[in-house]
Amino acid sequence: MFSFDLLLDAVVFGILLGCFYAAVSIGLSVAFGLLDVPHIAHPAFLVLGSYGTYLLGRHGWDPLVAGITLMPLFFLVGVAVYRFYYETFERRGRDAGVRGLAFFFGVTFIIEVGLILAFGVDQRMVEANYIGKSLAIGDMRIPLRMLVAFAMALALTAGLTLYLAKTFTGRAIKAVAQDESALRLMGANPVRIKQWAFGIATAVTALAGAMLIIVGPVEPSLDRVYIGRTFCVVVLAGLGSMTGTLIAGLILGISESIVLTLAGASWAPAVAFGLLLVVLGIRPQGLFGR
Amino acid sequence: MKARGAAFWIGAAAAIALAVAVSVSNANEYFFFAGYVVLQFVVLATAWNILGGYAGYVNFGTGAFFGVGAYTAVVMFKALGAPLPAQILAAAAVSGLLGFGTGLLTLRLRGIFFSIATVAVAIILQTLILNWRYVGGATGVQLLRPPVSAPFESYTRMLFVGMTLLAVGAVAIARYIETSWIGRGLRAIRDSEEAAECSGVPTLKLKLFACTVSGALMGAAGAPLPMYQSFVEPESSFNLTYSVAALAMPMIGGTAHWLGPVIGAILLGTIQQVVTVTISSELNVLVVGVLLVLFVVAAPEGIVGLARKLRRSPARAPT
Repeated sequence: MFSFDLLLDAVVFGILLGCFYAAVSIGLSVAFGLLDVPHIAHPAFLVLGSYGTYLLGRHGWDPLVAGITLMPLFFLVGVAVYRFYYETFERRGRDAGVRGLAFFFGVTFIIEVGLILAFGVDQRMVEANYIGKSLAIGDMRIPLRMLVAFAMALALTAGLTLYLAKTFTGRAIKAVAQDESALRLMGANPVRIKQWAFGIATAVTALAGAMLIIVGPVEPSLDRVYIGRTFCVVVLAGLGSMTGTLIAGLILGISESIVLTLAGASWAPAVAFGLLLVVLGIRPQGLFGR
Repeated sequence: MKARGAAFWIGAAAAIALAVAVSVSNANEYFFFAGYVVLQFVVLATAWNILGGYAGYVNFGTGAFFGVGAYTAVVMFKALGAPLPAQILAAAAVSGLLGFGTGLLTLRLRGIFFSIATVAVAIILQTLILNWRYVGGATGVQLLRPPVSAPFESYTRMLFVGMTLLAVGAVAIARYIETSWIGRGLRAIRDSEEAAECSGVPTLKLKLFACTVSGALMGAAGAPLPMYQSFVEPESSFNLTYSVAALAMPMIGGTAHWLGPVIGAILLGTIQQVVTVTISSELNVLVVGVLLVLFVVAAPEGIVGLARKLRRSPARAPT
């Protein structure tokens, strides 16, 4: 039966989930939203971050510390990926769209199968003293791991928003998104800025991957569901809007949580994709489009 | 041009005759089992290429059309006991309709937005089937094959011949589209949609047409699957691995010519079968991914493009 308490529970859980979705999407919001790179492989990098965390976790590392440690490594990977993408697709110009998409789609499957070969198809999880406990507020029980992810997500989003708004390179990244040729005329090298930005986007994804494995068990094919979730959030937000990303994440989180409560778990994966289709059909520029 | 057309039809007739001849011979049963899958990929790759190769709209949702085709066949079989050709026709009709609908919904979208929308269609349809009890839901549905008809020894052999007919039909359709004004229009869309629209190309109609035909062929390819496996379940029939394979094969073979997807599908499909048998089924997805990335980066025109380059400059070493 439908009850108000149940709905309230769903909304609270949805808010926590929503912030988490914003955090896993924010790297894509930079890579795709600001830099126009068709980064289908973003969710695969996310899962890669989770497995990196898992690997370090087996040696007794705390997942959050592991995630932060992975960031510089992922930054370098991101720089290399963008450099490669630029040299092979963007610079040669013709037909970059179709081939760039195919390239990242291929990379997604390479990462996925690579993980299957290395770790098997079993679900993996990490241990930490905040996983498995929950916080009781009145009748409501909030899992502590969701709270950790929630706090990290807020910190990540706020940090990235501030970085883009206040620092010199952050503004340069925004400038490159607005008008690349104007930036070139000002004597700056847009490729180097984009490379840097893509590196940051990938580094953030490492930490988001750590949160992914804190929130729940991870398996190699998890990236497929997150293609829908991350692109839904980024498109709904309007490309490149950081606050938009947070709000879009909340919308997705709350709707998914309500569907989960009312209709059951088997319908939940379709929520993100359905929302995405609706947004693409009605308002492709998103809520806070540039 | 005429001579080439005649050569194509002779080749097509020869392919069908060969398939029939082999299917009544006493070749190893496994050959038909594997050959069916390779031919199925010929249909899927050719269908993908009509929209992806000619018009430049990258469809990531091949699995959706394929799965809808398979489940249409299941419903036709369970509800009406329809024979295989009727199942295939119905599957093509439903998937074609789905293609038309997807086209309508995504008309304003280009590039990655269109691609993401097709992934969305695939996952949503999978979820619908997952929750539909009549066709077995998540556990899938077991089907009893009807008795096999006259010249064929086994049902797999009959499906093999059926899939050959589908493959030849799909290639003939793709070839017709490529050489007619439709193909020219689609290529114009691919190069610049604005310029095409300005020069009077009916971009909207052509895109819808390509979406519909491509979807219908993918559905037809999926229709015999329930009979082939005598079992279907949503997870594997809507799988994204169909999408990546259907995209990789034309990319590897070459997207500009109808022969490209055929070469790509036969090559990659055969490698996949060998790898699945000798090593593991995970590895064959890896092979697809690695080859896709390699070709997209190093040989964007595919095998057909490489062959053309070689023929154009036979004296110079290929660079």
